[in-house]
Amino acid sequence: MNYIYYPGCSLKGTGRAYEESFLAIAGALGLAIEELNDWNCCGATTYMGIDEKKAFAMAARNLALSEEQAPDDKPVNFLALCSACYLVHLKAQTMMDENPNLKATIIGALANAQLSYQGRVKIRHPLDVLVNDAGIDKIKSLVVKPLKGLKVACHYGCLVVRPYATFDDQNNPTSMDRLIQALGAETIEWPLKTRCCGGTLMGTIPDVGSRLNYILLKEAKRRGADVVATACPLCQFNLECFQNQISSLYGEPIHLPVAYFSQLMGISYGISNRQLGMQRLFVPLQPSLAV
Amino acid sequence: MSSTEQKTDGQPRIGVYVCHCGINIALKVDITDLIEFAKGLPNVTVAREYKFMCSDPGQELIQKDIKELGINRVVVASCSPLMHEPTFRRATAKGGINQFFFQMANIREHVSWVTSDRGDATKKAKALVAGAVRRVAYHTPLERSKVPVNANVLVVGGGISGIQAALTMADSGKRVYLVEREPTIGGYMAKFDKTFPTLDCAACILTPKMSSVRAHPNITLWSYSEVVGVDGYVGNFKVKVKRKPRYIKEELCVGCNQCVEACIFKEPKFADEFNFGLSKRKPIYMPFPQATPSVVLIDPDTCIFFKTGKCKQTCIKACERNAVDFDQKEKIEEIDVGAIVLATGFKPFDAARIPQYGYKKYPNVYSSLEIERLVNASGPTGGEIIMRDGKKPKSVGIVHCVGSRDEKTNRYCSRVCCMYSLKLAHLVHERTHAEVYNFYIDMRTPGKGYEEFYDKLMQEGVHFVRGRVAEIRDWPMTAEEVGKLVIRVEDTLIGVVRRIPVDMVILSVGLEAHADAEDVRRIFNISCSHEGWFLERHPKLAPVSTFTDGIFIAGACQGPKDIPDCVAQAGAAASEAMALIDKGFVELEPNTAYIQETICSGCKTCIPMCPYNAIRYIEDKKIAQINATLCKGCGTCVAACPSAAAQQNLFTDEQIFEEIEGVLNYV
Repeated sequence: MNYIYYPGCSLKGTGRAYEESFLAIAGALGLAIEELNDWNCCGATTYMGIDEKKAFAMAARNLALSEEQAPDDKPVNFLALCSACYLVHLKAQTMMDENPNLKATIIGALANAQLSYQGRVKIRHPLDVLVNDAGIDKIKSLVVKPLKGLKVACHYGCLVVRPYATFDDQNNPTSMDRLIQALGAETIEWPLKTRCCGGTLMGTIPDVGSRLNYILLKEAKRRGADVVATACPLCQFNLECFQNQISSLYGEPIHLPVAYFSQLMGISYGISNRQLGMQRLFVPLQPSLAV
Repeated sequence: MSSTEQKTDGQPRIGVYVCHCGINIALKVDITDLIEFAKGLPNVTVAREYKFMCSDPGQELIQKDIKELGINRVVVASCSPLMHEPTFRRATAKGGINQFFFQMANIREHVSWVTSDRGDATKKAKALVAGAVRRVAYHTPLERSKVPVNANVLVVGGGISGIQAALTMADSGKRVYLVEREPTIGGYMAKFDKTFPTLDCAACILTPKMSSVRAHPNITLWSYSEVVGVDGYVGNFKVKVKRKPRYIKEELCVGCNQCVEACIFKEPKFADEFNFGLSKRKPIYMPFPQATPSVVLIDPDTCIFFKTGKCKQTCIKACERNAVDFDQKEKIEEIDVGAIVLATGFKPFDAARIPQYGYKKYPNVYSSLEIERLVNASGPTGGEIIMRDGKKPKSVGIVHCVGSRDEKTNRYCSRVCCMYSLKLAHLVHERTHAEVYNFYIDMRTPGKGYEEFYDKLMQEGVHFVRGRVAEIRDWPMTAEEVGKLVIRVEDTLIGVVRRIPVDMVILSVGLEAHADAEDVRRIFNISCSHEGWFLERHPKLAPVSTFTDGIFIAGACQGPKDIPDCVAQAGAAASEAMALIDKGFVELEPNTAYIQETICSGCKTCIPMCPYNAIRYIEDKKIAQINATLCKGCGTCVAACPSAAAQQNLFTDEQIFEEIEGVLNYV
């Protein structure tokens, strides 16, 4: 199966380690991945907050481009690694399907840019692709360094299964847990796995954002996690980069590595740290792996 | 019948009557246009419209035209024949012609209610009326045959509804077969401690009824049995009942329990179904002390002898009456009954389907039915509220609407949960003095004494928080939350999200149709709503009847209901069944098949096709002949006959082809 990979802004910026590690493990698994040409912003947050229609038009342009890039009539697997990108494209597609007037407007906007959208795009999340296309058995078969003894808190974040649960349970997703377990690690019982990391609140209302991250980190530590695994660049950023502030704010040392699930996969596959972008982490993962 | 015979009734003079059904039809169908169209159809003498054809003045229009205009065929374009075919057949007969010179065109359910465009609706109504007009010209006079009704009744399900229906009919002298799937009757009511809103003891009012069932000379009680087949028709059903082996001779067992004591399992080891696994039982067991019949049974899945073939079989020796029988086999009984009452009840919602409520994950999260057993004086803890961790709760949260009023599980309100939650709140508060919180979306307490009960609970100091609970988790934010279950909920009355730590959570689960409701409905040839509840013939005016004559429904199998409503419906179903039986006969639809002797070539194709063995071969005439009393009108022989000698009353080839042509010619 071929995948058109949509990076979005984060994967080329703060989330570079996600891109690096995901492409490395995808290569190991033999997934045929090709980056979308001339992609643009998915429309998240800023556009979505002000004018949904503009956000949908931005997302629709990416969808139209992906159809152009996969010109035969087969379904296009549109792979968005960032949770926000994944959701915005999915939302744009769903809203167009449900609302013919909106769809007509957006098709019109695309036509002005000499683009067309047929609707043969399937928007896929990396966890979905790994667990359901590659399969747990295949994932397991490539492990050369089992992550024995490592306790992982799998954090799915708020957007992966909400509001659309396309491949996992809405209230208790388990795909990442199954994937991490296949690497030989242990996943902790973690009822906060879909709780909010604060999103942009860390920048706009830091009190609220800090508290949300404090709850997540404190509870992960209390349950014995060595590392939080995440599937979203914003979750990773929020959970990792403010640990000093949160520690002093709550008078409690909160230090816990926060890594992409793909980095953990890469480690167990014996891929080099540099290829996995490990050097980009602020809270180094190595000490926890030495357990 | 051939067309020459049809002419003996004279040239057809057809009257067409179009009903507005208030605005139900008139809003979508252009009635004037339809009338003009009908007037132009062959043999139509008169076409009229009326606001309500089913009313007396509507029916009189038909009768008057028959008498004054010599109308000899009637077409009414109105609602479904299920609704008013009998009405208009009667009106036709009252006018003085045979009631089967009538045909109905359904332009409400098949047209106005399901078509959005007025033009399309009118067009379809015209087609259906044209079909009916063409068909009715070929109708022939028919007579209904009267068949005596078997005076015995079958009641399926031995919960409170089934018990009530069975006792009512048995008391009036009917022979009643009561079939229950479980080893004992009593249903869910037998598991309750108290009933709302009067707080009278459930056992005190139910167990006398259970023993009456057992002792009643007119009731045959078959527990641990299931209906596996129903044949026949109203007044004359043939029912097959599978009696599952309990490995105990029921007629010998007196329920002394000595075999249970003697079982080689010294201690009970297996989850007890009656207590929802809150206590244990042995492989040989009595479901509960008041079980009716008071007969033990052996569970082959846990019995050592059945599993390994090696056991000292101490139970056999312990029984002085030699009632233990390891060779018992499943048995099929066949009975004849005139009417059937279905009272198969409900299934509680499985709270584990809502993972964020932590059922089966956190031991101190209980379903409401488990709590019914915990508060019950004859329950596993003798009525003391002791949690799975051995402690008594100091704070308890009761979560309403678990599996009800929820798009993800069931959209409907389960009707009983608000009231039973209040009852449980009262009982838990009374026994533990714990702080009790009710989390509700809306309090629904419509019933005699119900709102007063709610008032009483508020005065008792039980807390009420309006909001659907988001999740029940074990992660603490403060020191006082450590070791507690934290209920996160938006309190919509004060507009904040609250975290309420409690020791114990009770999930008030909703009611669902049985998982096999679809199979059961097929056996009895009735319908289910899309949620799986058995469908009543009419939601207001025929609430315990079904679309299959002679089969009635009562209690929660029709939809969620509390005990008073179940008992009321059981009484209604019993009286409907008795009205049918006491009439003494049923009139059958004359839709039987017949062989036209002059055409039959005697090929015998039809004979093996008949599922009812109603066709035999007459040797001397070399033709087949159909016994009308055995024929059920399925039409198989008619379709199979290579020479069209087999025909079916009400569905002759001419009638069907004329109707098709009428519909298609117009389109």
